[in-house]
Amino acid sequence: MSKFDRRRFIKLAGLGGGIVFASSLSRGFGLNALGSIVDYANAKVENDFYFVQLSDTHWGFSGPKVNPDAEGTLKKAVQAVNSLEVQPDFIVFTGDLTHTTDDVQIRKDRMSQFKDIVGGLKVPTVHFMAGEHDASLDRGDAYQEAFGKLNYTFDHKGVHFIVVDNVSDPGASVGESQLNWLKADLKQQKTDARIVVLTHRPLFDLYPDWDWSTKDGAAVIDALMPHKNVTVFYGHIHQENHHMTGHIAHHSAKSLMFPLPAPGSVPKKAPLPWDASAPYKGLGLRSIEAEPKQAKYEIKELNVTGA
Amino acid sequence: MDHKKRILLTGVLLASAVVSGLLIYTRANAVPVERVIHITAKNFQFSPDSITLKKGEPVVFEISSGDRKHGFSLRGFGVRTDVLPGEVSRIRLTPDKTGKFTFSCDVFCGDGHEEMTGTVIVTE
Repeated sequence: MSKFDRRRFIKLAGLGGGIVFASSLSRGFGLNALGSIVDYANAKVENDFYFVQLSDTHWGFSGPKVNPDAEGTLKKAVQAVNSLEVQPDFIVFTGDLTHTTDDVQIRKDRMSQFKDIVGGLKVPTVHFMAGEHDASLDRGDAYQEAFGKLNYTFDHKGVHFIVVDNVSDPGASVGESQLNWLKADLKQQKTDARIVVLTHRPLFDLYPDWDWSTKDGAAVIDALMPHKNVTVFYGHIHQENHHMTGHIAHHSAKSLMFPLPAPGSVPKKAPLPWDASAPYKGLGLRSIEAEPKQAKYEIKELNVTGA
Repeated sequence: MDHKKRILLTGVLLASAVVSGLLIYTRANAVPVERVIHITAKNFQFSPDSITLKKGEPVVFEISSGDRKHGFSLRGFGVRTDVLPGEVSRIRLTPDKTGKFTFSCDVFCGDGHEEMTGTVIVTE
């Protein structure tokens, strides 16, 4: 399945019911709706791939007026990902995996329960990052014990992914040491390298009065600026938002626990109430189709059932 | 008027001129009295959470924490401070514009941090 382009697969699959792809796919051929042989291997666009972003699952949150299915929503999302016809290359969780608590043991328990649930994902490669709810009260100690490093990089099919931690400092800074680490990493990358930054808070000042910013985010953006192909995916604000800082695109994801109001739209930020007539409204996950050659990322928003 | 009386009168006049001059100087150079506004950060709330000021009126915010570390940020005037238990943090401000300005805790302090905000209203 991974040997051919997913979009072409979906388009071809959409041509008509009754097409059987199964056995022929292993050798890269299949029948189209008209019964002609299609060479899927040649239809492949080299290195294109897709991944899924889930965010702000807030495992441990309780508030029936906001989400009466607080214990079921993440499980539904896991099912939704597992039901995707073509499985993603990997999954990213952009922070606030758990809801904050002062109790260290409860924090650890929530992280353990979260890991058990997402352990049900079929995709073997999952990249985690922390949110302030996971890491700000203990500077990331419990998080690192459960999930590993707070900032790191990985490469996939020609794209360099950089995970930036803007949450383990309760003051919402990346900090000088991490900035130096980032600059050193970027030095290794060509200026036309395909770079994706994954982080929790917005790196730009989206709405600082609601903590929707990173104190030294401008320094991170400055460091990224010399690179021509940079895209940022983040969470934290529990809704879709798309913003450009120069040539750098920033895309925030929906939450899997509760939606939040649009930036500055109400005097006090508070979770939006559950809409019984439209359950799970405002919640969701997304698939991101990466086309490294064109440095393009096609985002498709999915609801908690994957539709 | 004899010589002694003339000297005495001159002295009195000179003394009153000096005293008047001093009074005028002191008034002109006096530091305006700052209004002190006490704010407590506790249980994910600021108290008070609504503060009315007058444009041009100098104030000093004295902020203390009743539980844990918080932050106080009034971005509309570009001021902030950490608020630590057992200490009083001070911010001096003379508002130069009118309007409604949000202040918030900018140090993540736990469940409820997101709702820890208040408003400064500056009138003419």
